[in-house]
Amino acid sequence: MRFKMILASSLSKKIYMSIAGLVWSAFLLVHLLGNLQLLNPDRDPFNKYSYFLTHQTGEFIYLAEFLLAFFFITHFLYAIWVQIGNWRARPHGYSMVRWAKNTSKRSLGSVTMIYTGALVLIFLVLHLIHFKYGEVVYYTPKGYTHQIRDMYFTVMEFFKNPVNVFFYVAVMVLLGFHLSHGAWSAFQSLGLSGKRFTPFIYTIGVLFAIVVAVGFVFLPLWIYFTRGGAL
Amino acid sequence: MEKKKLTIHLKVWRQKDADSKGKFVNYTVNDVNPDMSFLEMLDVLNEELIKKDEEPIEFDNDCREGICGMCGSVINGTAHGPQSGMTTCDVRMRMFKDGETIVVEPFRARAFPVIKDLAVDRSALDRIMSKGGYTSVRTGGVPEALSVPVPKPNADEAMDMAACIGCGACVAACPNASAALFVGAKVSHLALLPQGRPEAARRVERMVAQMDEEGFGACSNHGECEAVCPKEISITAIGRMRREYLKAMFK
Repeated sequence: MRFKMILASSLSKKIYMSIAGLVWSAFLLVHLLGNLQLLNPDRDPFNKYSYFLTHQTGEFIYLAEFLLAFFFITHFLYAIWVQIGNWRARPHGYSMVRWAKNTSKRSLGSVTMIYTGALVLIFLVLHLIHFKYGEVVYYTPKGYTHQIRDMYFTVMEFFKNPVNVFFYVAVMVLLGFHLSHGAWSAFQSLGLSGKRFTPFIYTIGVLFAIVVAVGFVFLPLWIYFTRGGAL
Repeated sequence: MEKKKLTIHLKVWRQKDADSKGKFVNYTVNDVNPDMSFLEMLDVLNEELIKKDEEPIEFDNDCREGICGMCGSVINGTAHGPQSGMTTCDVRMRMFKDGETIVVEPFRARAFPVIKDLAVDRSALDRIMSKGGYTSVRTGGVPEALSVPVPKPNADEAMDMAACIGCGACVAACPNASAALFVGAKVSHLALLPQGRPEAARRVERMVAQMDEEGFGACSNHGECEAVCPKEISITAIGRMRREYLKAMFK
């Protein structure tokens, strides 16, 4: 196949978006599992986990950050490219649209992908500013002889503000909509479909979206209502 | 027993030709027999228009029994009307209520320019077919039966894919005006059969390239196409096309 087609055909674009989307879906799940340590009243395990990721994995952390950034940008650029093509494909829209029901998988999530995606992009930048490049406080955990960053404290302080809680909850609900279509759709775009597999992966995709969204919505609310914000 | 006649209000897209701007025009058709087909109702309206020395509404149709793929309009916001698994000519007036207003629009896509009123130019699909919707067969005598074994499930699925009549409803219903289901069905139909395997990679590459060339959108897996397809072709056809495409990428 010609190189230009491998990079730029309508099928190729979706293949790259799918791979990038699946990488990020996997990352979200790991991120959520790591964050569950915030439920622990003891701040040490979360901070030690955070310290392990940033200081004790050697060069690996830079590779992981590079790959995540690379896939995010790939997903974003191809999404814009695809969406512009899709808008151009129907210059004169219908005056009346009634969704066909039956077997259609069209949903609120599927028709708002570009918008929920754009909001998640804005969110990601703010999220890095809030935490990775946010307030830095050091302390010495039990059993350590040196100081490490108290990320736990930064998170708890941040979610004492109801505005922050509201913003995070709202974006995570939108992320859930994005994943409700994106997760199963990625498999379909990679050609992983079939009479039995498609209904299976569709259900798994929706469940995955619910788990991720509920998890990330729960954490800020839990912190707000148990750690002083609302008290 | 005499069935109750319907009064139907229509809002039909009228457009003189590809270059002019179209608009909706309202019509009322009285005494519509509920057992009439939708196209027969348009015939009745057209006769009235001709008697009044007005331009009749142009719409594509041919066999009027749901197998040729010539007809196609968007009726009340859904390609081929309110029920699944039907062509426009299969739509009956009993599916509508007395006094209902029905909005009739042409299939809309950049790749489907309007010829006149409800008739659109779907030759983009023919150009995609010309790039690989065939096998380069050796002509000659009829081969011995069973000389090329085909597993029964493959034969069945190939037949399901071959049911595509190329009406273009998948493009019309797709929010992105993508022709993925049409191309998927055509690619899958031949990819499932041993006769189609030798040219499988070349076929998918050329047909996808032509699909992009024609200005169709990309598939977002909404699945609206499957829901309106008169032959109920599954989007697993699109999945198979992508598998064939991935294989071709490494050739």
